[in-house]
Amino acid sequence: MKVGVVTFPGSLDDQDAARAVRFAGATPVSLWHRDSDLHGVDAVILPGGFSYGDYLRCGAISRFAPVMTSIIEQAKSGLPVLGICNGFQILCESHLLPGALTRNQGLHFLCGPQKIRIENTTSAWTSNFVQNREIVIPLKNGEGSFQCDDSTLAQLESEGRVIARYMGENPNGSRNLIAGITNARGNVVGIMPHPEHAIDSLTGPSTDGLAFFTSVLNSLVGK
Amino acid sequence: MALDTVAIASTTPDQVQPFAELGLKGDEYQRIREILGRRPSSSELAMYSVMWSEHCSYKSSKVHLRQFGEKAPKSDALLVGIGENAGVVDVGQGYAVTFKIESHNHPSFIEPYQGAATGIGGIVRDILTMGARPIAVMDPLRFGPADAPDTRRVLPGVIAGIGGYGNCLGLPNIGGEIIFDQTYAGNPLVNALCVGVMRHEQIKLAKASGPGNLVVLFGAKTGGDGIGGVSVLASETFGASGPAKRPSVQVGDPFTEKVLIECSLEIFAEDLVVGIQDLGGAGLSCATSELASGGSGGMEVELEKVPLRDPSLSPEEILMSESQERMCAIVEPSKIARFLEICEKWDVTVTVIGKVTDGDRLIITWHGEVIVDVPPRTVAHEGPVYNRPMAKPGYLDQLNAKVLDIPMPKNNPEIKAAILKLMSSANMADKSWVTAQYDKYVQGNTIQSQPQDSGMVRIDENTHLGVAISTDANASWSYLNPYEGAKLALAEAARNIATAGAKPLAVTNCLNFGSPEDPAVMWQFAETVRGLADGCLEMGLPVTGGNVSFYNQTGDVAILPTPIIGVLGVIQDVRTHMPMSFDVADLELYLLGETRADLAGSQWAYLHNERGGQAPLAHLKNEMSLIDLLLESQSLCNARHDVSQGGLTATLTEMVLENNIGATVTLEGDLATALLSETPGRVVVAVHKEKAQPLIALASKHKIAITRIGDTGGKSLTINDVALELNELRAAFTGTFPKLFG
Repeated sequence: MKVGVVTFPGSLDDQDAARAVRFAGATPVSLWHRDSDLHGVDAVILPGGFSYGDYLRCGAISRFAPVMTSIIEQAKSGLPVLGICNGFQILCESHLLPGALTRNQGLHFLCGPQKIRIENTTSAWTSNFVQNREIVIPLKNGEGSFQCDDSTLAQLESEGRVIARYMGENPNGSRNLIAGITNARGNVVGIMPHPEHAIDSLTGPSTDGLAFFTSVLNSLVGK
Repeated sequence: MALDTVAIASTTPDQVQPFAELGLKGDEYQRIREILGRRPSSSELAMYSVMWSEHCSYKSSKVHLRQFGEKAPKSDALLVGIGENAGVVDVGQGYAVTFKIESHNHPSFIEPYQGAATGIGGIVRDILTMGARPIAVMDPLRFGPADAPDTRRVLPGVIAGIGGYGNCLGLPNIGGEIIFDQTYAGNPLVNALCVGVMRHEQIKLAKASGPGNLVVLFGAKTGGDGIGGVSVLASETFGASGPAKRPSVQVGDPFTEKVLIECSLEIFAEDLVVGIQDLGGAGLSCATSELASGGSGGMEVELEKVPLRDPSLSPEEILMSESQERMCAIVEPSKIARFLEICEKWDVTVTVIGKVTDGDRLIITWHGEVIVDVPPRTVAHEGPVYNRPMAKPGYLDQLNAKVLDIPMPKNNPEIKAAILKLMSSANMADKSWVTAQYDKYVQGNTIQSQPQDSGMVRIDENTHLGVAISTDANASWSYLNPYEGAKLALAEAARNIATAGAKPLAVTNCLNFGSPEDPAVMWQFAETVRGLADGCLEMGLPVTGGNVSFYNQTGDVAILPTPIIGVLGVIQDVRTHMPMSFDVADLELYLLGETRADLAGSQWAYLHNERGGQAPLAHLKNEMSLIDLLLESQSLCNARHDVSQGGLTATLTEMVLENNIGATVTLEGDLATALLSETPGRVVVAVHKEKAQPLIALASKHKIAITRIGDTGGKSLTINDVALELNELRAAFTGTFPKLFG
């Protein structure tokens, strides 16, 4: 099983995402932003970081990278895609997911362990979780406040497309405490906190994040 | 402005030049004339003035810093010593680690965000220049009083700048310190440490050798930022007086730096450079003269080839610009095509600006006219050296003789109030308001970070090899006794490495002081260097490099002498690392080391505006035994935490709050002294009952006092008859920073 991890200029968590793929038992394949060939990968991760320096808006420039043209096209026909943090922002800018991530309510970059609840276990990236499982993974971003209009919010909620919600105090002002969402088909997931930093309790707050990566392997095997 | 060339300089010896405005003394200017046998051209004057500045030339500190070499302990670990961009040590398994601290104090006072951001950028490039991948940063900080209005301007800006730049580079921030003191008002200290790792064979040096090799500039385009004194020169020729033409604080772009890091590492991996230097302070002047000086001496540069952000820059300004995110490499002609290809892959601007020659002069031309023709060593390495007058400060004997007059808590309610007062004071309070703004997870190798005793990162996922770093300084002690203060800071940093289970290996430093022209400050500096050199010799730890920051002074008031000492250690298996706090109940608590009445220079004294008394003496033999004990007892312990500023009060508070598990403690003797004294050489250890006897036996073998002080468990910190609920203690500890800066 091959999982592509895209490196844009300014990507930071690409090595971490590749490590998580390895921990899950798959082979990470490095994808370069200028290369539109996806090298036959079975799934793609858009990692965290500050692609293109967050110039203009987070993710606004990456959306136009050659690799994204292929990813957008294949995502529409079912390729599992996980966007973490900056990757989530890129997925929103690419219109693969609705809404936008704006500056944290407190105006500070925030980094720390965050408790979230997994509320959708049917997506390609969350199928290995038990419904409503509470997990702790790192949250680290400056622009992580999920915003969308009322009708989009109502649709996300009614279709069960909120895959994870913050627990406790709202860390960044996200609407309905939304930490992650999926598209209607369930193959494209964006999540603000970082599952790839929670695969080994030696370096992260837990190993709770690993199930995101094993989930996609299961969903691919099941196909 | 007419171009001033070497030819013109040769025929107009009497032209008046603004050397004083550029910071050169009359005799320094005369020496430049003697070296060149004529007056310098304006470009040459600009180069000498920045390279002979205190910041670049270490002219006041050099005579003292020599001790680090003269007294260096024998060490097999040192691969590259003082003088290069950063020292390099061997950590085993073929890995080399490089680390260094630099100051960015003055820019951070003027423009906190950019000053701090470019401080991170600069030190990261120093580490990169050695051939290493940067793997972590730390930042020791000092500010004026926490509640002073200007601190509310400076501190949030500095924190945001460190985070804004470091987070965007993908470097975990694994530690540092924040201390407040009146003397830092107007002189905040922003020191930045970076550590990097490489294989032995990848070490790079700043030298331009091999005639015919190309001088290549890559990275950001050159702009008008960071031009200090040179704007004087530029405006002087216009006959203008008024505000400086160019901003003197550099502006950073971390995205450009991140791309530059990845691009450089790919270039290094293919072995495409002969020598490399980053462009930091003094920009191209520094990079070209140091590269040429480090090689055989000859270099020609065509300055008009430098890509510019601002086409109106004069050649003098281009030479002096401190625009960030630039590197200068020496590349063999056969390898340039591949070099350019990698830069193109990363969209990095790259230009061949000159070549190495077989001569011994650095020649810089501007559209064919020679504007600089100098022996590079005279610019880079043979600047002035001063043996400045020093005198023990007149006030010191009186200060040391002072009998301390601090109100000590006398009964249980007063003890409780004292603990809450101390732990909610800005110096002792929880710093997570700050550290939450830094990414500590990125790269996935962070084993420990703030508030642990030291930062620790893994450098090999398969063998589990790691390094730990701690930076420490106790300026209150250094003020009372700079010689002992330096040794004590060294001991504390080494101890903080060892509590985590790493073996101390090498030392770096950032020496922050007032004006070297003040004999009292110069004495503090000399005593500090003597203390650090003696301490390093005694502890067998080589100094691998460092940085000196003078002129941290407002009027007559200098900052407290603040030697930040960084110690790096190695841990063979990071999985055995020892945290600062216990995560289970029913462990036994022991205090290693003896407690004396050391209240001079303590945080309790500081809270009562008492500066006097005698600093404790450093007992380094004892500290080394303690370190041996810590390393040998690694497998016996559950948690260990250093006792330093804030004494046992701080150590116990931090231990119980970290994992929300309380403790019941019984202390003998005067309770106030036991809780507030800051006697060095102490560590609190938590062990399982069955491991207690082996630990006691080891302590006795190493002749370290060991005292059973209590047990873990419960939801309070109870000391003798004083009980503090964890919630109450937590509220005091964590409330301060959000209240001040939130």
